[in-house]
Formats: sequence, C-alpha cells, structure tokens
Amino acid sequence: MTATVNSPAVLASRPPVVVPASAPPLGLGTAVRHALVMASRNLRKLRGDPGQLLDATVMPIVFTLAFVYVFGGAIAGDTGSYIEYFMPGIMALTVTIVSRTTGVGLAVDFGTGIVDRFRSLPVARSAVLAGRIISDAVRMTIAQFVILAFAVLIGFRVHTGPLELLAAIGLLVGFGVALSCVSAVIGLTARSLPTVDTIATLWMVPLQFGSSMFVPVETMPGWLQAFVKVNPMTLVVDACRGLLSGGEVAGPALGASIWIVGAVAVFGPIAVLRYRVKR
Amino acid sequence: MNAAVQVDDLTKRFGGTPALRGVNLAVAPGEILGLLGPNGAGKTTLVRILSTLDTADSGTARVYGYDLVRDAHQVRALIGLTGQFAAVDKDLSGLDNLEIIGRLLGLSRRDAKVRAAALLERFDLVEAGRKVAGGYSGGMRRRLDLAASLVGRPTVLYLDEPTTGLDPHSRAALWDTVRQMAYDGTTVLLTTQYMDEAEALADRLVLLDGGRITAEGTTAELCARVRGRTMRIRPVDPADLPTVAATLVAAGLTGGTVVADAGQYQVPVNSDEQVTAVVWAIAACGVALAGIDTGTPSLDEAFLRLTQSEASLVAAGSEVSR
Repeated sequence: MTATVNSPAVLASRPPVVVPASAPPLGLGTAVRHALVMASRNLRKLRGDPGQLLDATVMPIVFTLAFVYVFGGAIAGDTGSYIEYFMPGIMALTVTIVSRTTGVGLAVDFGTGIVDRFRSLPVARSAVLAGRIISDAVRMTIAQFVILAFAVLIGFRVHTGPLELLAAIGLLVGFGVALSCVSAVIGLTARSLPTVDTIATLWMVPLQFGSSMFVPVETMPGWLQAFVKVNPMTLVVDACRGLLSGGEVAGPALGASIWIVGAVAVFGPIAVLRYRVKR
Repeated sequence: MNAAVQVDDLTKRFGGTPALRGVNLAVAPGEILGLLGPNGAGKTTLVRILSTLDTADSGTARVYGYDLVRDAHQVRALIGLTGQFAAVDKDLSGLDNLEIIGRLLGLSRRDAKVRAAALLERFDLVEAGRKVAGGYSGGMRRRLDLAASLVGRPTVLYLDEPTTGLDPHSRAALWDTVRQMAYDGTTVLLTTQYMDEAEALADRLVLLDGGRITAEGTTAELCARVRGRTMRIRPVDPADLPTVAATLVAAGLTGGTVVADAGQYQVPVNSDEQVTAVVWAIAACGVALAGIDTGTPSLDEAFLRLTQSEASLVAAGSEVSR
C-alpha cells in the first residue's frame, strides 16, 4: 500500500477537529419550505422525462376525442351538445388519472433509496409526502388548462364567468388532493410498483363509471342510481356543470366538499402513519 | 477526548432474527474506522441505526453527544450517508440533484447552485452535470451519491460499501477523496468487504460478525492475532494425501487438514524450524510433489479466521493464493 492515513505522523499533522454547533430546530415555516422544495424536485423531473406529463395532457385529449366523436352522437343526439355535457366529466376524469402519480411516485422514491437520503438529512419528516401531493396538485391544475384549451378548440364554451371557471378548477383540484391522499396510502402500502400502479388505477373505476360523468343518470337502473347519486365523482361533476354551463351548484358542491374534507381527514393521517413506518 | 460516535450495547432484531447483539463502539473525531464483516454481519443495520433511519431495540448511540433517538434532528445535521445503492434521482440532472439537497439544507437558491457546482467539479462531473443522472455510468452515479452526502459538509460521514461495483480507477479516486476528508477533520465510518480498502483507508478496524464485534485493532494488530503461517503441500497424485498427512502427524506437526478439492494438505506452522521439519519429513517419505509453499496471513486470512467457522475457512482457504 502507498502512504496511508494510518501512520502516526499523518495522524499528528491533521488539523484540530472542531466540535460542531447545534442546528436550528424545525418550525412550521421550515416544514412548508421543505415541502415546496420537494414539490419543485418532482416538477423538475418533468424536464428530464417529459413523458411523465402525458397522463395529464395527451391522455385526456384522447379520451375526449373518443367519447365526443364515437359515443357523443349516440348519447346526446349530436357531438356538439355532448361536448357541453361531457367536458366537466373529462376534467374530473383527468384529476383521477393524475392522482395515480401520488402513489406511484412515492413507491418509486422508496424503491430507489432516495427517501433514505432525505430521512438522514435535517429535513422535516413531512416533506416527501407533502411535496408529492403539492406537485401532483400542480400537475392537475396544468392538466385542467390543457384540456380546457383543447375543448374550446373543438367547440366547448364556458357560459358563465371566469370566477365560476376558477371555482370549478379549485373544486376539481381539491377533489384531486383527496384522491391523492388515498393514492398515497396505496403507494405506501402495496408491496411492489406494478401492484401500486394497478390498485391506484383500479380502485377508482367504480367512482369513474358509476357516475354522471359520461351519461345522464336517468337511464341507469334504480339500485345503481342510488350509488351514483352519492358518488363524490357525480357530485363534483354536477357542481362543475353548474359552474361552467349554469344550473344548480350549491347542493352538489356542498356534498362534494364534505367528501373531500372527509377523505383528506381519514386518508391523510393514514398516509402519514404509513410513511413513518415504511422502510 | 469525547467520541464523535459512541455506541453502547446496541441490539436490534428483525422479527425473530437478531441483527445486532450488543454492539459497543467508539469512533474518535477525525478517525477513519473500518467496519468489516461478512454479508449479514449487521454492518448495514448498524449504519442505518446510526443514520437515524432505524431505531435500536435497546442500547444507546450518540453522535457528538446527541442521542440518536431524542436528538435525531441534531444528529442528522451532523452526518452524511452514502449507502450501498446510489440514492440519486435518475430523472434529475446531477446539478439538480445536488441543488435540491442544498435547498433542503437551507441554502439560498444561489448558494445551493454554487455549492452544487463546486461539488461537481470536485467529483469530476462538470461535463455530465446538466445531463440526467439516469444516463450516468455506475462510477459516476456513485460519485454523485457521495457528492450528495457532502452538500451539508457533514462532520461524521458513513460510507456503506462505497466502492462496491466500481472499477479500479474510480475506487482509487474515491479513496483519495475519503483520505482528504479525514485529513480535513471529518470522522468516517466505513463499511467494506474489501480488505485492501480497509487496509488502505482505515486508522482502525472493527470486525463485526453475527451481530457482535469479534475483533478490534489496527491492521497490524489484527494480522498479529492470527499468528503463524500455513504450509500447503500438493502431491502429484492426490491419492498420496493420506500418506502426507500421516507422515506429518508422525513428525509431530499436528492440526493439518486435507483440502481434497485443491488436492493439497494444509498445515499450520509457527516457526522456521517447523517449516524445515515439514520439508525434511516430506522428502523422507518419498511422495512426489507438484508444489509446496508457505503463506503468511494477509488481512484477508485474518478476517476469515476471525469471522468464519472452521468449515468455511478451509473452503475459502483453497481460494486464497499466496
């Protein structure tokens, strides 16, 4: 071996060791800042792999084309009136699709070992989870504007005002955050990445199809109508229809809000607990 | 002098399996401690506990006096960790990887960029800095991982098998970095399975086996604990092995073993007189020899003898060429 640090001469010549000062404690402000840095980390990944934005942009456009031009005539008589009916639905569907990323992203982070790095740093424990949900909410917001722009291109018009439009997007993203909490629990519980992906997609299928998203509720059998009417998806979509095209808003919006608050209150803490124990 | 890392009677079980069974350890400030041990010895478990990623079942551990559990936040402010698997974001550039950590550690956007650029330069990653880490070679990823653990200028650095899978050039470069850091006052706890790495870097070695510390000392001290040499006698015809064995036992040289796979007989010798006696005895019995040699214990052999059971020692001994 070459001259190593083992030799007494080298040991003696080392500079004196300075005992480090203590670190400032973590406050709420720091925790918020850490979550935002973590969210910006997730969003920066879109630069390295823009394909991660396909689910929020191309997918809803493809669904819109398929539903409006394939089923539209059959469901609503003509494609023009179906666009009017369907747009709030596809906006909500987009939010559900993007919510999958919360669970998948967390599972990926645990899989690569990067979470260990963050946990070994003096960083708020909440940062990874909160950052994930924030960045997915941002993606959901981007997705809303993309799909709206496309919808306008094929003939959709907002018949109310900009405030109503913003309220609709706010409600949709709020609903998305609630879905993300559930998705997070799945991502932090299921064993492997493919399982997370499947479950995070599958659990929403009854919500998506058992709703007023694609077709009017009146044609469904009575027992199904009972489910559809309390389905948060229906409530969110109906509220958005009211907000974008005129019609009842207060009833469905209230129901949707209760669902959103309830889901966050239940699944948020479960996700936090799962995050704490997951290795 | 207070220890940089002080570990007292640490135990940890996973399910029913004990991973650590009462580990005591002290690392002096500025020291490089080599933690050696076979797979499953508990090295990674110990490092994970010392990094606050896991908690021990009993016992205490402190970093500069801060308790691992009670003062976890203070401990995290002092330590850096480079794990066995490079923990970098594949979809982010090298620069972004480091900048994000700087931002998490409270640096301003500008300072985080400056720090990231300096580390990229130090680890020879400037050209690759703007490319996503997913496209890096194994060596580059390791260097980025190490750079990431240094963003916060840790006082204590844990390196968990840092050179596994690296080519010789990258290993040497990483060794230089570790030496420089130790010289600058960073305390380093290094786990490794490579004896040459431990020999090259560590001021002191600790052998962890089956969740316990089984030996401790400098390289020279550990080698001295495994006294004596081994002679290997290989007859042309392996059928002569029993004759060789009987001859040596008759000559008073006991403790030998037949290594059938290698077609050789191994016998420990403690002095030059015994070496000579072996040669005379074999010459007198008339067995034709293909080879005979004497090996002094390397750190490899010391490691094997101090950590492994007799059976696996013999099996491994046949692979040690010296």
